[in-house]
Amino acid sequence: MLGEGILKGMAETARNFFGSYFSSKRMTTVEYPEQRIAPFEAARVFPFLVYDGADWEAGLRCVSCQICEKECPPKCIFIEKSKDKKPDALGRPQFYPTRFDIDISVCMSCQICVEVCPFEAIKMDTEFELSTDDRFGGLLLDRRELAKSNEYYHTIHSSEAAAVDARLDEEKSKAEAKAKSLAEAKAHIIAAAHAGEGA
Amino acid sequence: MSFVFYVLTALTVAGGLAAMLLKNTVHCALALTVAFAGLALLFLNLDAQFAGFVQILVYIGAVAILVVFAILLTKGSETPKDGVFSKTWFAGLAIAAAVFAVLGWAILQTAPMLPNSAPTPSVTVLQIGHALIDRYVLPLEIVAVLLTAALIGAVIVAMHDNPEHEKEESE
Amino acid sequence: MIEFSDQIFVLLKHWLVSFLPVAWQQPVGVILCAATIVCLYPALFAVAVWLERKGLGRMQNRLGPNRVGPFGLLQPIADGIKSLTKEDIVPLSADAAVHFLAPVLLVVTVFMGFAVLPMGRNMVLVDMDAGLLFYFAMGTSSELAVFMAGWSSRNKYSLLGAMRAVAQMISYEVPLLMSSVTVVMITGSLSLTKIVEAQNHFSYGLPHWYIFTPWGFAGFVMYAISTTAETNRSPFDLPEGESELVAGYHTEYSGFKFALFFLGEYVAMFSISGLGTTLFLGGWSAPFAFLTWVPSWIWFFSKLMLSIFVFIWMRGTLPRLRQDQLMNFAWKFVLPMCLVNLMVAAVWRFMGEGWQRWAVCSAILLLTYVGMGLGEMRKKHIGPRSYRYAE
Repeated sequence: MLGEGILKGMAETARNFFGSYFSSKRMTTVEYPEQRIAPFEAARVFPFLVYDGADWEAGLRCVSCQICEKECPPKCIFIEKSKDKKPDALGRPQFYPTRFDIDISVCMSCQICVEVCPFEAIKMDTEFELSTDDRFGGLLLDRRELAKSNEYYHTIHSSEAAAVDARLDEEKSKAEAKAKSLAEAKAHIIAAAHAGEGA
Repeated sequence: MSFVFYVLTALTVAGGLAAMLLKNTVHCALALTVAFAGLALLFLNLDAQFAGFVQILVYIGAVAILVVFAILLTKGSETPKDGVFSKTWFAGLAIAAAVFAVLGWAILQTAPMLPNSAPTPSVTVLQIGHALIDRYVLPLEIVAVLLTAALIGAVIVAMHDNPEHEKEESE
Repeated sequence: MIEFSDQIFVLLKHWLVSFLPVAWQQPVGVILCAATIVCLYPALFAVAVWLERKGLGRMQNRLGPNRVGPFGLLQPIADGIKSLTKEDIVPLSADAAVHFLAPVLLVVTVFMGFAVLPMGRNMVLVDMDAGLLFYFAMGTSSELAVFMAGWSSRNKYSLLGAMRAVAQMISYEVPLLMSSVTVVMITGSLSLTKIVEAQNHFSYGLPHWYIFTPWGFAGFVMYAISTTAETNRSPFDLPEGESELVAGYHTEYSGFKFALFFLGEYVAMFSISGLGTTLFLGGWSAPFAFLTWVPSWIWFFSKLMLSIFVFIWMRGTLPRLRQDQLMNFAWKFVLPMCLVNLMVAAVWRFMGEGWQRWAVCSAILLLTYVGMGLGEMRKKHIGPRSYRYAE
C-alpha cells in the first residue's frame, strides 16, 4: 500500500533514536580523544627499529645492509653505514647504521621494508598521534627516535613478536649447536694430533 | 481623505511610475508588486478585508510571480540596447490621456453619491459566498471554464514538442 | 489559580500598559505583544536548531554536537556568533538592492503570519475575521522573496534553484489551501480563534479535534505534506540540497543574510506548524477533559514542538525527492485527494450525527487512497536502457 515504506522507515529511525540512548549497537560513536578503540593486532602506521636488551645502541638488530633503503618505493629511508663493526646478538661482528632516518611525511606504510629485512630489525609501529608543528624536521625521525625495545614490540604485535623471537632463538640454538660440534671436532683433531706425537 | 490614504496613494502611484520608468525589466515587475501591495492596503483601509487579502494572495502571490517567470523565460531580463522610450511615444501619451479622462469623468460623476466617511464593513465573507452561489453562479462557472481552457491550452502549447520527439525516436 | 496561570501573559500585558495614559494603552499593548513574538520565535529557532542537530544525529546513530556547552546547548549561540561575524560578500555583478531586500522581505512576511495565530486562550495578536486568509496571503508573499534571492545573485545555479523552489511552492499551495478550506467549511468561519473554539469541546473525555475525524485526518496528512514542501524541508528540499545545487537560491549569501534565510525557513516552519495545530490539532485545547487545568499556551507550544520533531524525524528518514517526482506527486496525487476530501467534508457536514457518516466518509477516503496508490503512483516499469547520441 502507498505510504507503507515511509512508515517502516520512520519506525526504524525512531528505533535508532530511542535505542541510541541504551545500546551501543545504535550509538557507534567513540568520542576521541577521551575514548579510544583498542588497537588491532595487525594495525600498522610507520616503521620502527627493534633492539634487544637494555642498551638501544648495542642491541640494535639492524646491520645496515641497506636492502630496505633500496626497496622502499617512495625512498623515505636514509641509511649511513658505519666504518667499524660491533658484535651482534650471536656474537659475530656486524656493521651498524650510524644514521637511520625515516621521513614519515613521505612513508606510505606499505610495509615492504619489513618484508625484505633479513634480520627482523625493522617492524611496523601502531602509534599515529605524531602531529607536530615543526614542518622542517619534525617528521624526520632519526635512529634514536626509531629505536624501540623488543618488549615494546611484544606489546603491540604479540603473536608476531612471539613468532619472530621463536625464529631468532631457533637460529641461535642452531648456530650454537654448530659451534659446539665444530669445537668438539677441533678438540678431537687436537687430541688425535697429540696422541700421534706422543707415540 | 486621511493621512493614511495619502501615504498609500503615494506608495501605489510611486510603484506604478517605477514599473513604467525603470530600465531593468525585473525591477519593473517588482515595482508593480509594490503597486499591487499598495492597492491591497487601500482595500484594507476601506475595511474590505476579503478583497484586500485576496488581492495579496492572488496578485502578489500568483500574478507577480507569473510576470516574473514570463520575463525570465523570455529574453526580457536583458536591458534593451536602444533605451526604454519608444518612437511612437506621442500616440501612447494621447491614448493614456484619453483613458485617464474617461476614468476621471466616470469617478467624478459618481463622487457626489458616495458618503465621505468609510462605510461600515457590511460585506462579510459569508455574504460574498452566498452572492457567488446565488446571484453570480453563471459568471462563476464561466470563469471556471475559461480558466480550465487557459490551463489546458498552456499544457498543450508546452507539450507540443514531445510527440514529435517520440515519433523521431521510434523511427 | 488555574485561570491565573492560563492568562498570565495577558494579565502581565494589561498590568504593564496600565502605567500609561489611556490613549496610548492599545497601541503600546500591540507593540509589546509584537515585540514578544519577535523575540520568542528566534529563541525557539535556536532551540529547534539544537534539537535538529542532536535529533538527526541520534537518528543516524551518532551524537550531535556535544563540545560547545553541556550536551552542545551553546551550539546555536556559536552558530549565531559565526554568522554575525562572517564577511558579507555581495557579488560584483549582483543586483545590490534586490539582493539586500530578498532576506528582508522573507523575514518580514514570515513574521507577519504570527499575527493571527492563537497561542493560548485570548492570546491572539490581531483577532481578524478573515485570519486564515491573511495568513495565506503572507505565505504566498514569501515566495517572491525566494525568487528575488535567486535572481539577484546573477548565478545560474541560484536562479535554477529559485525557479525550482518557486515552482514547488506554488504547486503545493493548492493542496495547502484546499485542506484548510475543509476546516473552514465545517467550522463556518475563517477566523482562527473560532476554529479553535469549535474544537475545544470534549465528548466521553476525548476532544473534538478535527484530526480525529476521517476528513480531518486526511486533511492533516495532506496539510503536513504541503507544509513540508512549502518550507523546503526534506524530503522536498531539492532547491536547497547541498549536493544538487550548491545551496540553491541562497548560494551567494553569506554572514548575516544567510542567517536571516535560515531563520526565515525555521520560523516559517514554526508558523505553518502553528497554523496546522490551530486547524487540525485543536490549537490551545487540551487533549483530555481532565487535563484542562494545564495552561492553554503550554498545550499550543507542546503541539508546536511535536510538529517540529515530526519534521526532524521526516528529514532523518526520507531521501530527497527529485523535482519531477515532487511535481507529479503534487498534481497527480495530493490535489485529487484534496478534492475528494473536500467532497467528503461536505458529505460529513450534511449527513448529520451518527456512526453512518464515520463509515461512509472513511470508506470513500480509504478507497480513493488505495485506488490512487495503485493507479497513479505505481512503480514505473523500467525497460532496457536506451541511448540518444548527439547528431
